[in-house]
Amino acid sequence: MAKIPVQFTLNGAEKAEFIDGGTTLLNALRDKIGDTSPKGGCHQGTCGACSVIIDGELRLSCLTLAETCNGAAITTTSGLSQDGVLHPLQRAFLDAFATQCGFCTPGMIMAAKVLLDHTPDPSRDDVVEALSGNVCRCTGYEPIIQAVLTAARSNSQNAA
Amino acid sequence: MALALQTFSTVKDANAALKAAGTRYLGGGTLVVRAANEGDVSVSGLIRSTEPALSAIIVSGGKVRIGASLTMAAIARHPDLSSLAHAARAVGGPAIRNMATVGGNLFAPAPYGDFTVALLALDSTISTDDGEVPIETFLAKREDNHAIVTAVGFGLPVDGGFRFLKVSRVKPKGVSVLSIAAVLEQAPDGTVSSARIALGCMADRPMRAKAAEKALLGRKLTSDGIAPALAVASDGTSPITDPIATAWYRNEVLPVHLGRLLLA
Ligand SMILES: Cc1cc2nc3c(=O)[nH]c(=O)nc-3n(C[C@H](O)[C@H](O)[C@H](O)COP(=O)(O)OP(=O)(O)OC[C@H]3O[C@@H](n4cnc5c(N)ncnc54)[C@H](O)[C@@H]3O)c2cc1C
Ligand code: FES
Ligand code: FES
Repeated sequence: MAKIPVQFTLNGAEKAEFIDGGTTLLNALRDKIGDTSPKGGCHQGTCGACSVIIDGELRLSCLTLAETCNGAAITTTSGLSQDGVLHPLQRAFLDAFATQCGFCTPGMIMAAKVLLDHTPDPSRDDVVEALSGNVCRCTGYEPIIQAVLTAARSNSQNAA
Repeated sequence: MALALQTFSTVKDANAALKAAGTRYLGGGTLVVRAANEGDVSVSGLIRSTEPALSAIIVSGGKVRIGASLTMAAIARHPDLSSLAHAARAVGGPAIRNMATVGGNLFAPAPYGDFTVALLALDSTISTDDGEVPIETFLAKREDNHAIVTAVGFGLPVDGGFRFLKVSRVKPKGVSVLSIAAVLEQAPDGTVSSARIALGCMADRPMRAKAAEKALLGRKLTSDGIAPALAVASDGTSPITDPIATAWYRNEVLPVHLGRLLLA
């Protein structure tokens, strides 16, 4: 079957690839482009480990066909640190022990980033709701919730 | 297996392409791409249309028309649809809501289809290029539908007239044990003058609780007033059994939750 061209920006950089028809964005990112930060946990939409941000919205890359992302701006967790300095969310996850095996972490961080982009000062309920599509089998969630709240506070202190 | 995706600028051309064997329409893909990931080889080609009307919400003169490609997130944040926002927010987590379309929800088998339960209570009409059909007719024969659904239409309920409840075990978001939507009108003396009640998970697709609707007419929304309706709430149901609940359990708890919704 003929290969299909796809082109989008990934963390600000132009990417162009030829893929097989029906390739999910998750597989295109991991196997073709080499960004392994989105994880394939279930490929069914239930774990959230593959979450990425497409044109400002949280999406599941395992259920998104790469071809439908032509021209889109995609953000993954691997694009968050700047010049070796961790993003406040990454720093807060480390400091709060919000990551154990780490498999859910990139998806959690994507979900949290979209939340903080729209709601810089979220309540605990806002955080719980924002993370409700992401499963963690290690931490028991509380450290993750605290990490997101801490990152929000550090963002607002930096902005002040 | 490779899946060929074809995109058409008009619904007409997309409908023509859907006549080929093995093709399915692609909405948000939360069910159809999931099925492909799970190894469903019955679908070899996906078709979609980018016709702008599919993505338009029109609210005018108390009537609403929602294009089939609109997502649950878009409905939840639309200022004129605030009375339906909690039903749209009942679907999945944030990422699913950014992808899940109204069109796809009409085809979602139980335990899914929560927003369709709301559409059924709202007495919606379903539009295709062949015309409009009442939602009940559409749901009864949805397996035979090969035309792209372009929009759903309904009258905006009066303030407080629309009620919706989704019961799930996982908080804040989880698959439905059941969902209930009701559109009620009351006479000045508080008695119910019209009632449409729709149930999710109480059959393989959303269904109406017609016996309960009838038993509510002329009654007040008090514990005594709604008792006859609760007694017949499970008439005609045939609930699903899944890892969330058995059919028996769903029938047992339906009157409890319907009662809470009616007294809320
Ligand atoms: C993790 C997870 C959680 C979920 N939670 C919920 C939930 O809580 N409540 C709920 O109701 N659902 C839930 N769902 C199911 C699903 O996301 C929704 O029902 C959604 O609305 C389906 O829409 P879609 O656009 O993604 O459908 P798709 O997967 O694109 O399509 C589903 C079916 O509908 C057909 N179709 C889609 N659009 C049209 C159209 N316009 N015309 C004709 N045919 C069409 C497709 O061909 C396909 O057969 C969940 C799914 C997942 C993966
Ligand atoms: S891998 Fe996409 S939700 Fe689990
Ligand atoms: S840290 Fe292991 S799944 Fe969340």
